[in-house]
Amino acid sequence: MFPKEIEVILARHLASCLAMPIFIVDDKGNLVFYNEPAELILGRRFEEAGEVMIDEWTSIIQISDEKGEAVPYGERPLVIALNERRPTFQQIWITAFDHVPRFIAITTFPLIGQADRFLGAMAIFWEVGGRNP
Amino acid sequence: MHVKLWGTRGSLATPDAEMARYGGNTACVEVRGAGGTVLVLDAGTGIRPLGNTLRHVQPRLDVLLTHLHMDHIQGLGFFAPIFNPNMEIHVWGPASTTLNLQARITRYLSPPLFPIRLNELPCTIILHEVPCAEFDIGEFHIQTMLVCHPGPTVGYRITENYPHGPTLTFLPDHEPALGLKRFPISPEWTSGYALAARADLLIHDTQYTHEQYTAGHIGWGHCSLRDAFKFAALAGVKQFATFHYDPSHNDATVDQMIAAAIEAEKPAFLVTPGREGQLFTL
Repeated sequence: MFPKEIEVILARHLASCLAMPIFIVDDKGNLVFYNEPAELILGRRFEEAGEVMIDEWTSIIQISDEKGEAVPYGERPLVIALNERRPTFQQIWITAFDHVPRFIAITTFPLIGQADRFLGAMAIFWEVGGRNP
Repeated sequence: MHVKLWGTRGSLATPDAEMARYGGNTACVEVRGAGGTVLVLDAGTGIRPLGNTLRHVQPRLDVLLTHLHMDHIQGLGFFAPIFNPNMEIHVWGPASTTLNLQARITRYLSPPLFPIRLNELPCTIILHEVPCAEFDIGEFHIQTMLVCHPGPTVGYRITENYPHGPTLTFLPDHEPALGLKRFPISPEWTSGYALAARADLLIHDTQYTHEQYTAGHIGWGHCSLRDAFKFAALAGVKQFATFHYDPSHNDATVDQMIAAAIEAEKPAFLVTPGREGQLFTL
């Protein structure tokens, strides 16, 4: 067990208090938390999913663009925030734990702490109107 | 390891008679090792009387600042060793995201807040930014981490003759329950846990009662006694010293607060009310 950095702890606490769906990964891209509103879109309670390694969650959560074309790994919004350490905004289709396609608008950004320590990334997303591709 | 409390008050010095037993000086703790190394934890007004005892004894002193709120640095300009040209003083403390430690300390040690500038002091001052990798000072091994308190704030875990010697954890300003519906939660997600785990002595923020904390002080960066006890229980500490008393709490109020929290939480560890002048031997 590694203690989480305080910025990540506070990010989780903030996410727990907010009504927007939020998904947090650590500096290696491993899923460390998503909040209750995110559970409705991802189709599984966080308490059931727990922390998930990056290889696993990126294979479970399928992403496609507005036309239904699969988004390449390096162009996935959270992967861009992790690898390129910059914010992104996209509208995409996702299917997650419950295999139900949902069209979402997603903003991701890197988590950079005191002394420029790279700590991971966060995604905030909303289900928006969209016709099934 | 000898640990002496020179200032236990939080937020503002209180030279009131009815607060004299717990003390009116703000945060300052002396840590002295068997090899003679002296660490000074925070530079509240308690550092002034401490400095008078260190005026001629040490060629090097290390002052470890948890953060740069005034009650933790106000005594720095009145610390006698800084006016000794033969003294080398190492100051450890957090930078911010935009200012380094020197710039932050200079905001206080410069006009109009202070007549003498940092670079005009007779002693040699060497600044070190924390948190950083683990480091050693004399016989002490020191670990630092950022903890939950407004602005960059660290806690210190100090072990003499690491890894087998006694451990002191210093978290004078800490709000581990911030944003939580229930507390405590798992250690991994608890601010300060890694610093406090199984410490021989934890000196921890105990500013509020539970009622005061929940009725208007959430997010102010401090802790209720009950949450502090829950945190200490989670961390499995051996002894707990109360610290950082609210400036509106007189001795009788602090007595009542500690008794009520012990009654409510029934801690399995030893609770020692932190008083100015209190000495611990670990």
